[in-house]
Amino acid sequence: MQDAPESTAPSPVAISRASTGDDRNARRSRLATFLDADLLHSFLRSKLVVVAALLTLAIVAAALLAPLIAPHDPYDLKALSLLDANTPPAWEKDGDPNYLLGTDDQGRDILSTILYGTRSSLQIGICSVLLASALGLSLGLWAGYAGGRVDTVIMRIADVQLTFPAILTALLIDGVALAILKHRMVEGGKFWILVLAIGLSFWVQYARTVRGVTLVERNKEYVEAARLIGIGPFKIMFQHILPNVLGPVLVIATINLALAVITEATLSFLGVGLPPTEPSLGTMIQVGNKYLFSGSWWMVAFPGLTLAALALAVNLLGDWLRDALNPKLR
Amino acid sequence: MLAFAIRRLFEAAIVMVTVALIAFTLFRFVGDPVNQMVGQDTSLEDRLRLREELGLNDPIPVQFARFLTSAAQFDFGISYQMKQPVTAIIRDRFPATLELALTAALFAVALGIPMGVYTGIHRDSWLSKIFLTVSLIGVSLPTFLIGILLIYVFAVWLGVLPSFGRGEVVRVGFWSTGLLTVSGLKALILPAVTLGLFQMTLVTRLVRSEMLEVLRTDYIKFARARGLPERTINFGHALKNTLVPVITVIGLQLGAIIAFAIITETVFQWPGMGLMFIQAVQNADIPVMSAYLMLVAFLFVFINFVVDLIYVRVDPRIRIFGRSG
Repeated sequence: MQDAPESTAPSPVAISRASTGDDRNARRSRLATFLDADLLHSFLRSKLVVVAALLTLAIVAAALLAPLIAPHDPYDLKALSLLDANTPPAWEKDGDPNYLLGTDDQGRDILSTILYGTRSSLQIGICSVLLASALGLSLGLWAGYAGGRVDTVIMRIADVQLTFPAILTALLIDGVALAILKHRMVEGGKFWILVLAIGLSFWVQYARTVRGVTLVERNKEYVEAARLIGIGPFKIMFQHILPNVLGPVLVIATINLALAVITEATLSFLGVGLPPTEPSLGTMIQVGNKYLFSGSWWMVAFPGLTLAALALAVNLLGDWLRDALNPKLR
Repeated sequence: MLAFAIRRLFEAAIVMVTVALIAFTLFRFVGDPVNQMVGQDTSLEDRLRLREELGLNDPIPVQFARFLTSAAQFDFGISYQMKQPVTAIIRDRFPATLELALTAALFAVALGIPMGVYTGIHRDSWLSKIFLTVSLIGVSLPTFLIGILLIYVFAVWLGVLPSFGRGEVVRVGFWSTGLLTVSGLKALILPAVTLGLFQMTLVTRLVRSEMLEVLRTDYIKFARARGLPERTINFGHALKNTLVPVITVIGLQLGAIIAFAIITETVFQWPGMGLMFIQAVQNADIPVMSAYLMLVAFLFVFINFVVDLIYVRVDPRIRIFGRSG
């Protein structure tokens, strides 16, 4: 959303790939080019980026392994006891060593809820980034390759949507979906509503970037050649042009993942995201916020810290990736 | 210039009609308007009569035309939740949001530009590194988390600033302002900082990268070769040329500020339009939702339009005709 336009420039990696065709060998060399000494070098040179990568990895691993490593199961309502509610962290005066980071107003263990909550946040984030990039990629390719009226229509829609900040679009889609499905809510339905709301709010950036690159690639010899030997437009778009736009898309996707996780947390915080029974980080912060004045800081602090760390780490990775893939900044 | 303005105006009209169509669809098809307005015990005849009176039996295009006409006259019907005209609610709420948004924008610019210039000139000083780290954190932290943090520090811990509401407001005509009382100003500080922090980091980073680019150009080198003092070069030559994109971004961010005000207003229970909208979403109060949508769309389109015109005016290099997209 707040991206500098430079990120749309095709990466040198992508350009060098273009001429190699697309047989299996080329794919392997593509991988080799991607793990190019340059990229790896710039990765290892910046300590901050390595730390960010490790942090991201740790959070993702913790979220993935949540059912195995969480000391309690926050979804198991039978195990909860209101007697345990509002317990401060273990090192505080009234702390209980059973609940390392304390408990929330329902008596749920904060640490376990954070692990499961990060899991939901990441799941929604990844699913919505996949949706947004798939949609944006297809529409961008189509608009750029077909040109003419298709291009005008798609880009006009993109322009209209770009007039609104993504958070507002997401909020609106979310609100409408909730209003429609108010009485017919299925189990886990909110999850997909959120994915839809966030995914549909972030496709524009992909579409614009991909269209820009496609417009350039469309007139190159290799596409011309492919067209001449009778390859269909669908195959040209997805097999020949697509690999050349993946560099910038990867950068956008990384930065968008942080944005998607934040958006999900924001929606949940505003009370239109995941319900308190299947908590995400945002829901936890929303619940905890109510108890801030009674001194129960741990209910907000730990989920907030996790969210901030995750967003910061992924943002750092995205920034680095953008700079590393952008030849102008070398 | 005129042709450009007319073209942009035409595009703006298309956006507005599209948004109006969405708002109308919401209003007409999400839930039944009649069911929302009357109680359970209303008879079928009464319902049918109300249907006829509201014109819900007319052809859809006729209804849409009527929706557009009344929207143009700021008539958005009655709120399902609060049972009063949406226009009256918005008139009550609008000053709060506008004061908050403008204060936040002012804060962002007043701090962001100097920080950007400094970090652009002194690339490697430790102060620059601190500024950039802070700005990275500002970009990464979600708005609501910043708000909660500020509340915890300044309201719960230090107890010096209020954590919710607008404080005392003074009515000046139809406008209720919090800028004239001490408690109103105090109440404004935390929400404005929360809202402006993200924009400030954005301005800082933008000014910085523009400065870095401009300082590399030949005319700066030439100015240096002429022996002009650093100050003249930095502020007279360099900063001046970075301002075009900065103006654009700030203008466009004004729209984002209004949108992000939803979050800030929720955190601080600030009685503005954002809080109204989020309550409408939670209660499926469609008239308020569609009115907010139209109003915000209008503001955005208006801001975009003005920024476009300023842009062309400020930078004569921009080609007006044959612009793509």
